Amino acid sequence: MFKIVSKEEIAPNIHLIEIAAPDMAPKSHPGQFVIIRIDDKGERVPLTIAGVDLQKGTVSTAFHAVGKTTKEFAKYKAGESIMDFSGPLGNPAEVENFGKVLLVGAGVWCAPLHYTATALKKNNNKLVVVCAGRTKNDMVYENQLKAVADEFHVATDDGSKGNQGLDFIADILKAQKFDHAIVMGPVSTLKKVVEMTKPYNLKTMVTLASLMVDGTGMCGACRVTVGGEMKFACMDGPEFNGLDVDFDELISRQRVYLPEERMASMIYEKLGGSVKRG
Amino acid sequence: MDREQRKQETPMAKQDVVDRIHNFYEVALGYTEEQAQREATRCLQCPNPRCVQGCPVNIDIPAFIKEIKEGNYRASAAKLKEFNSLPAVCGRVCPQENQCQEQCVLGKMGDPISIGRLERFAADWERNAGVEIPEKQVEGATGKVAIVGSGPAGLTVAADLIKQGHEVVMFESLHYAGGVLMYGIPQFRLPKEIVQAEIDYIKKLGVDVKTNYTIGRIFTIDELFADGYDAIFIGSGAGLPNFMGIEGENLGGVYSANEYLIRINLMKGYLFPEYDTPIRIGKNVAVIGGGNVAMDAARCSLRLGAEKVYIVYRRAREQLPAREEEAENAEEEGIIFNLLTNPVKFTGDESGWVNGMECIKMELGEPDASGRRRPVAIEGSNFMMDVDTVVIAIGQTPNPLIQRTTDGLETTKWGTIVADDETAATSKEGVYAGGDVVSGAATVISAMGAGRKAAKSIHEYIQKKKTGQ
Ligand SMILES: Cc1cc2nc3c(=O)[nH]c(=O)nc-3n(C[C@H](O)[C@H](O)[C@H](O)COP(=O)(O)OP(=O)(O)OC[C@H]3O[C@@H](n4cnc5c(N)ncnc54)[C@H](O)[C@@H]3O)c2cc1C
Ligand SMILES: Cc1cc2nc3c(=O)[nH]c(=O)nc-3n(C[C@H](O)[C@H](O)[C@H](O)COP(=O)(O)OP(=O)(O)OC[C@H]3O[C@@H](n4cnc5c(N)ncnc54)[C@H](O)[C@@H]3O)c2cc1C
Ligand code: SF4
Ligand code: FES
Repeated sequence: MFKIVSKEEIAPNIHLIEIAAPDMAPKSHPGQFVIIRIDDKGERVPLTIAGVDLQKGTVSTAFHAVGKTTKEFAKYKAGESIMDFSGPLGNPAEVENFGKVLLVGAGVWCAPLHYTATALKKNNNKLVVVCAGRTKNDMVYENQLKAVADEFHVATDDGSKGNQGLDFIADILKAQKFDHAIVMGPVSTLKKVVEMTKPYNLKTMVTLASLMVDGTGMCGACRVTVGGEMKFACMDGPEFNGLDVDFDELISRQRVYLPEERMASMIYEKLGGSVKRG
Repeated sequence: MDREQRKQETPMAKQDVVDRIHNFYEVALGYTEEQAQREATRCLQCPNPRCVQGCPVNIDIPAFIKEIKEGNYRASAAKLKEFNSLPAVCGRVCPQENQCQEQCVLGKMGDPISIGRLERFAADWERNAGVEIPEKQVEGATGKVAIVGSGPAGLTVAADLIKQGHEVVMFESLHYAGGVLMYGIPQFRLPKEIVQAEIDYIKKLGVDVKTNYTIGRIFTIDELFADGYDAIFIGSGAGLPNFMGIEGENLGGVYSANEYLIRINLMKGYLFPEYDTPIRIGKNVAVIGGGNVAMDAARCSLRLGAEKVYIVYRRAREQLPAREEEAENAEEEGIIFNLLTNPVKFTGDESGWVNGMECIKMELGEPDASGRRRPVAIEGSNFMMDVDTVVIAIGQTPNPLIQRTTDGLETTKWGTIVADDETAATSKEGVYAGGDVVSGAATVISAMGAGRKAAKSIHEYIQKKKTGQ
């Protein structure tokens, strides 16, 4: 069992959770992920690491309560425990002295993006950061990202704060020369930003949240086509150069279990959103 | 018992086929005490038993059978455990017909002794009666050993070493220990309660089982040495699925056998939505391949409600790599065998879900390197199959993570670790390896045999190291 040390709702339906994992904490790096399983009947859910505290021996992750498992996880309180917390999994993000780096994060993904940004800053990179959210109330890690950024932009889908949408990134790319780019967010965001960086042939690292089961290279559920080759996101990624990724295939594969996920979510809600099981 | 009676095996009851295709309960029901007695009585107790030579771990077969005959079931189980720490597992899934039973002298004039069924009987009897935990035997210097992977290879090493007084920590990346026994072989062939009982036994012996630890990510092999382990055994199996590299393979509804079986066995997808992990199975399922893995995937599909399930295999019936018993069970259950057939392409609907499979007919040509006649495509024989779920069961290779993250560990071009046949030693000092990660996908008993040899070498290595000799 793994104990929840602290927990906070940092935006509507977005939770930051800190879990005691003393063996894992010193081995975790930006870009890697964990897999949680809440209880004995639970699904294995991958979540990107958003930070570690070596003193306390804890690992943090931020998640969006979108489906049955994450909604249930959202109910857990500090002091309670979950059954499984496995990691670190996947390869660490590339972190070196690139020069000038464009960082784009959307929604919940701004939390793990901050972890990567901090490591890049330590490597003396110049950071141009875009922090995006649905509305001005949905912004995640805005202040933290601002603090590490050399140049900082905010974007919202509805234009309630900062730029409306992400199209303005095209102007940034036109005006400045970048050595590296990192995007974290829903696949639609990854695809959109990659379309803008492609004309400059700018290496754009994207974190692919493909469907996963084991997360250790055994099932092939996470397979994605990168540069025409089959790759397993959990073992070969999850970070890939977005210029080479077949996003349409990825989007199609992600939708595979939509009917089942909807059914599980519906049953869960009908039961009053509580299935804490022994 | 007269000569004629001696020639005839005692049949074992199976769940009726009409019932069993709708449930995940065990198919083979095991012997009753009377049946076991009768079968044990048939054994000739050969002074030079050929059956033993056929057994990869050389179980003293006549001795354990004699104990059954005399009603000493606990002693029978103890005899088995001298050679094999997982008799309840091996009694169910070992390919006995090509091993011990193939050699049995009675096979010359009638049915060989049903050694596997007797093994299962003794092990089940002991588990039901309550297993006694043996005392640790502390002899000589004791060491600290890390075991990577908790399949049959790792479990065997762990049990053998802890009994000799070593401190043993076992690391498993999944959330349950047991390897393929837990996530691959379905409940109706090997109930998970039985695997769990074996793991509980190993825990009771004192092995520290750490699940959720992926070695190569959380600790590397060198970091384990730095943490004070004296020796390390790698039994990480062959878990990386092969794909075919043909068009449409990434469509929804096309699974690797591993994903399919993990969703079903490990995550209990057949109990969705009570359990949270979904599995979707259509009406017409095609399983590509002809081994045990393919049979398991096909039989699971049937139990999950598929109407038509096909085995699509590029060679002929005689060349199926699956155990005969399992192929027969599959046929009995109504699985349709499309032999000498190979898929060339999958097609999908507008939502990205598979809806068809183009195949080509094959014929057998000259024998290939494996000695089997090579299947050759018959040009122009392409035809379509109407399928909405496809499971690819064409083999696995070792998980590359440890090989990639360990310096000085020699591997082959197939990704297997090079280890000595007799000692299980690898090219790196203090590191031993065995099971599927060395042999490539093989059998439970061969993994256990390798584990047994490794445990012996590790014990000797540690004694030498501690006493400085
Ligand atoms: C490597 C990796 C890292 C991830 N990191 C994070 C993270 O840091 N924070 C976070 O909130 N989420 C992250 N995810 C996504 C997260 O795993 C899914 O949101 C989660 O599985 C949802 O589980 P659920 O059972 O609650 O919902 P489900 O019932 O599985 O799904 C509910 C809804 O979410 C959609 N969905 C499911 N899986 C994904 C996915 N992988 N990507 C996008 N949409 C999905 C479904 O289509 C459905 O509409 C990550 C995924 C991967 C593979
Ligand atoms: C569906 C199926 C049916 C089969 N049927 C039969 C049968 O009827 N009879 C028979 O004899 N054989 C059968 N086999 C083959 C048999 O199960 C294997 O040969 C045997 O399990 C190999 O044992 P192992 O200990 O080498 O590896 P495995 O059983 O594969 O165990 C390896 C373990 O190591 C873990 N691991 C991997 N990498 C790491 C890491 N980096 N860190 C920590 N842990 C790690 C894995 O999660 C796994 O639990 C079948 C196999 C399958 C897949
Ligand atoms: S060869 Fe057959 S008859 Fe002889 S001891 Fe072995 S099992 Fe018994
Ligand atoms: S999640 Fe199973 S192979 Fe990547």
